[in-house]
Formats: sequence, structure tokens, C-alpha cells
Amino acid sequence: MTPCSRPRLAARRVLPLLAGAAALFAADAASAYTVYVSNEKGNSISVIDSATLEVKQTVKVGRRPRGITMSPDGKVVYVCASDDHTVQVIDPASLKILRKLKSGPDPELFALHPTGNPLYIANEDDNQVTVLDVEANKVVAQVPVGTEPEGMAVSPDGGTLIATSETTNMAHFIDTKTNKIVGNVLVDARPRFAEFSADGKHLWVSAEVGGTVAVIDPQTRQIIRKISFKIPGVSKEAIQPVGIRITRDGKKAFVALGPANRVAVVNTETFEVEKYLLVGQRVWQLALTPDEKLLFTTNGNSNDVSVIDVPELKVVKSIKVGGAPWGVVVSPQ
Amino acid sequence: MLTRILRLLLPAVALGVLAPAPAYPQQPPASEVKSEPKPLEVRIGLITHAVPPPPLYDLLAVPEDEAVAGAELAVRDNATTGLFTGQSFTLETTTLAEDEDPVAAARALAEGGTRLLIANLPGDALLKVADAVKDKGVLVFNVGATDDALRAEQCRADVFHVAPSRAMLTDALAQFLASKRWSKLFLIVGPQPGDQLYAEALRRSAKKFGLKIVADKPWTFGPLGRDRSDSITRSDALVFSRGVDADVIVVADEANDFGNYIPFRTFEPRLVVGTQGLTASTWHQAQDAWGSAQLQSRFLRSASRTMRPADYQAWVAARMIGEATTRTRSADPVAIRAFLRTPDFSLAAFKGVPVSIRPWDQQLRQPLLIAQPLGIVSVAPEEGFLHQRTPLDTLGTDEGESKCRLK
Repeated sequence: MTPCSRPRLAARRVLPLLAGAAALFAADAASAYTVYVSNEKGNSISVIDSATLEVKQTVKVGRRPRGITMSPDGKVVYVCASDDHTVQVIDPASLKILRKLKSGPDPELFALHPTGNPLYIANEDDNQVTVLDVEANKVVAQVPVGTEPEGMAVSPDGGTLIATSETTNMAHFIDTKTNKIVGNVLVDARPRFAEFSADGKHLWVSAEVGGTVAVIDPQTRQIIRKISFKIPGVSKEAIQPVGIRITRDGKKAFVALGPANRVAVVNTETFEVEKYLLVGQRVWQLALTPDEKLLFTTNGNSNDVSVIDVPELKVVKSIKVGGAPWGVVVSPQ
Repeated sequence: MLTRILRLLLPAVALGVLAPAPAYPQQPPASEVKSEPKPLEVRIGLITHAVPPPPLYDLLAVPEDEAVAGAELAVRDNATTGLFTGQSFTLETTTLAEDEDPVAAARALAEGGTRLLIANLPGDALLKVADAVKDKGVLVFNVGATDDALRAEQCRADVFHVAPSRAMLTDALAQFLASKRWSKLFLIVGPQPGDQLYAEALRRSAKKFGLKIVADKPWTFGPLGRDRSDSITRSDALVFSRGVDADVIVVADEANDFGNYIPFRTFEPRLVVGTQGLTASTWHQAQDAWGSAQLQSRFLRSASRTMRPADYQAWVAARMIGEATTRTRSADPVAIRAFLRTPDFSLAAFKGVPVSIRPWDQQLRQPLLIAQPLGIVSVAPEEGFLHQRTPLDTLGTDEGESKCRLK
């Protein structure tokens, strides 16, 4: 999934304006984004204001909402309602459900093509990826992949789709023109998440049970580095990497470490872990604001979201949300 | 004797044998996952035995495909991976009637070329099978026998234990009771040999985790599992529990003969744990954490029933084989055994942490679920039970105290 990659790409263009605004006006004015958090057990979405860091609203959605993303123009929010076997399209202004999409069974995570269409959905129970035209609500293709596909990412140029299969332990490379698998890379146990660097030169894949992150060269499809984590006082088994975010300048990566209750800050040049930030319990997914000043983390077992100040690398707040927060996305504006 | 064969061969297109554009994944470039030049066929055998329901317990009848359905699901999971690695999987299952000889069945499978054998058998039958096919180089995965002796004096180098030992089961319960500070136990022991072994394991666990057995009585009222409360034995059983100052009653009744009779029929209000009531197990129908909802729903769809511990254990065994063949690119039992024993082997088994093998007795280390019939209560190892290697090694026999000498 790249729930944030689209907003981020959109933000790349507007960022100088925002930065200028920040210099001229109050800092808050520049960072008033809206953060949407899917609550897997609360069957709801918590809507957070990034300036006040308060929950503005909580809205009911379908059952077991997990993956969440936004269109590049910020006009719609997509959420996987896994137990309703659909993707719901939500109007961010009214927070009403506009439409339901044919996601295939048990959608868990998805990634939107950089143009905003199609949507690539992992159907975890059916060992396939559904390619869905979001405008026509039409299934374009179904690509068979390994057992329990979950992590989804589209390369910044839109040419390659990555699907990770959790029981097969592979990152599958799919050509978005032909919707066919063109390569597979074996990684450690239970790959959960895939993320491209902004320049498309590196693909990061987390292995939850293996406890590692593989950095893959998408050109050669070779693993160039395997990152492990070590935290004093935390057992090896509790270190379970899931969500990954890489800053646009390609200097820092953030890796959510699940029940280790930490987010690792990784130097993307040396691939060394520089810091571990203590957040809420069982941290899974992450989202950066477009100005990259804040990082939001979903903490499924403590039912809250931690807010990290990115320049300072400090946890500044935890915000109570609904039951078992799962996914998070930040609006592009 | 019933046999059934699940053969999941690689579609020709997956190997790029057929010229037209493949519908399935193509051969990856050499730098990636390397496929064998020829498809590798991985043949797995499974021997299981018909378990008659306990006389009073048609309510809890054991499904005919117990363990088999779990292994078949794993073989399908393996075969999906095999599409990308050029491996096909076959599962040949033999289900024995009560009076049939497991050794003959194992020999027949070995003669037919099976070198990877999953056994869902009682302890004595498992040993006979392992010894009978040893000279054929067959690697055996025990998914049915909990006997501690199989992991101690009677351990074998070519047997892996996926089923938990009784010591692991009772350690898990004892940790839970210790964490609740329910430390006074009233142990009720059934007449069967397995009940005696369970009770012995429980006594050791109580000592290990600082619990006190305040009463230890044999059950002498026969199998009362389905008796109505107006039964003549009701008053005896009620008096039996009277006047013992315990926090909980622990029942040792592996055959399900009387354990379910005890809750709510005691004199004082007492919780019941052990083989009934609150139990420790590898799997549970109410388990849905750590992605296991996916495994549960896959199983439900393929077997039309919920997954039982024996199904899960057979699933894990077949997945261990699948994982080893993916990583070693070999179906050779020697290579598979060597890989499974290394720290490189860990399996995502839907229990929140990776499971792996204890090299000293080849027991699978795994968390155990503490559950009541329709709900998960806790997961062992409990918080705070620490071990220099991994908290998982607080369950069962540790290296230092193991009597196993693998040969």
C-alpha cells in the first residue's frame, strides 16, 4: 500500500508554496492537514486535525476497515471494509460514503496508481491482486500471486506494482501495463508492507515475523541490504516491522516495529538505525504530513495514534482514537 | 485403510514450458528466486488414525479428516508458493482403522518413495513408525503425540515434534495461574495412562512456577461426561470436592470422560482448568489475532468446519516442509532436517511470534493459547516469564534439563 504516496507526490508540487506560507504566516496555517485513521475494531474512521492534534470527528464505515488512502487530488478517501468485501469511497468534506467499489473478497490493503486510477487491491483470502478502475467501478484484471497478499506499492513512475505475499514470503513484481508478474524476490517471513523511495531506486519490504526490512534494487531485483533491529530489554520476537515511510529527500526512513512499541529511524544512506522512538502499543502503519513535519502512527493495542515531530525526532502527543486503529492517511492539502 | 492423494502439480505454463504468454508467473531472472531446472516434486506422506468418540461423547466426535484437512490446506499454501519457485507438492494420506498397523502403512509409503512423513499417531505407534522407516531416511513430523518421553529418553534424530509436549501444556497453564496468583490447586486425576502423565507434568509445572497442590485425588466415579445432574453419582462427586481450600480445580482427563462434569457441580464455587474448562492448546476456534483470521477463514472454506489443534499442528508440519524446501530448494530430508535445526528457520504461524525448533530435542517452540471453550483468555508465555534465549523456552523442557540425546 502507498496510502500516502499519492498525497505526497501531489504535495511535492505545492510544497514550496506551503513552505513560503509557513515563513510568512503562523506555522499552524501551513500544517493544517486532515488525518484519517481507520479503526479496525471500531468500524469507524477518526478524523484528526494536524494543527490542533485533536479528533474532529468519528464516522461509521463498513466492517473491519483496514487499508486507507486518498486520491491524489484529495477529493476522495478510499477505505477497505474487509468484512464487507468492498472498498468504500468517502467524501472528505461531508464524510459521507459516496460509493462502494468491487474490491474482490476480503480487501486488506491497496495502492493507487500515481495518476489516481486504477486501484490495486490485495485480496488476502484469494491469493490474488484485483486491478480496479475506480471511475468505472470495473475489475480490469485479477493477478494470481502468492498466499495471503498484503503489502502493495506502485513505483513512482507508475510502471511497477509490488505485492507482498505473507505466507509465500515474496515480493512479486507486476508490470502495470500487462498486469503480469515479471519477477519475484524471496524475503524473510511474513512480508507485510512495501514502500518505494521517492526516486524509485530502492524498494523497502518489511518482514513482520522475520524481524527484518529488505532493501531491494528494483532494477536488478536483488536484495542490497537487510536491516535488523535490536532494542535493549525488548525480546527479539517482539520486533515485528510493518509500516515504512521514507522522507522525500531520501535521507530518513521510519519503520513501525509492531509489539516492540517503537518506530525505528533509519539512515537511508548507511542503512543504520539511528534512533528508536517509543510510541503506543503494537504500532503498524505510518503517515507523514506533506510538509514532513509530523509522522502519525497507528497503535492497534492502545487504541491511539502517536504523533512524531520529524525534525526533532520526538514523540509529541498521543491521540485517543477508535478501537484498534489500523491504517492512516494524511490529506494532500 | 483409507488413502487419499492431493497432488498439486505445477501448471506447465508456470514453468514457461508452453510458448504462449503465461497466465501464471513466469520464470524469474536468474538473479532472483531461482527455479530448479526441472520442477521439484515434494512428496509428503501423512498417517493418521481414526479416533472413536469417547463413549459418552458423540457431542465431541472427532472429525474424520482431523489433521488431514490441516495438512491439505498447508500443501495448497505450499503449492501456491511452488508456482513461483518451480516446486510441486503431493500429499498422500493414509487413515488407519483402529486395528490397523501403522508400521505397515508407513513402510508402504516409504516403499512408494515418501521421505517426509507427518504422523498423527499416539506415542507408542509414532516410535514404531519412526524406527521402521529409519533405514529409508524418512524424516517424521509428530503432530499427535504429547508424551514427554518422546522428547527425552525416547527422542529420535529423525523426528520433529510439532505437537506440544505435556510439559509445555501444563507449564503454560501454570504460568497463567501464577500470573493470576491463583496458587492453590486441587488436582483431580483420571484413570487413563495419559491422565497420569498429564498429572505428573502438572505437578512438575506447579513446582517450577511456585504453585501449591493442596489436594491430589484420583477420579473414581467413572466417565460422567454427559450425566444429568440427577444422576446417582452426583452427590458422591459433590462431596468429593468438599472442604478443599483451593483457588482452582485442575482436571487431568485427556479422554474427555469426566472433566466437563465438574464445573458448577462442586461444593464450593471453583474454576476448572486443565484438560477441560480453561485449557492450553496450540490452536483454538476463537483465535483471530495476528492475522489468524485469514488462516481460520481459509480452513473453514476448504474443510467446512473450524480448525482444531491437530489440524493446526498438521498445517504447521506441512508448512515447515514447504518453508524448508523453498529456502533450501531441495526435497532431501537430510537438507530439510539440517535447515529446520538452524536459527535461520522460523515460521510465521499466526501466533504473534515466529516459531522455531529447539535443537536439543527437536520440539517446536511456540506460544500456547489459554482458552475456555468459546474464547481466548491469554497466551503463554505470560508477560514477565523470562528466559535468556527466548521467553518461548519457559514452556517445556529446557536444554539443561533435557534427557534427550539425539541419535
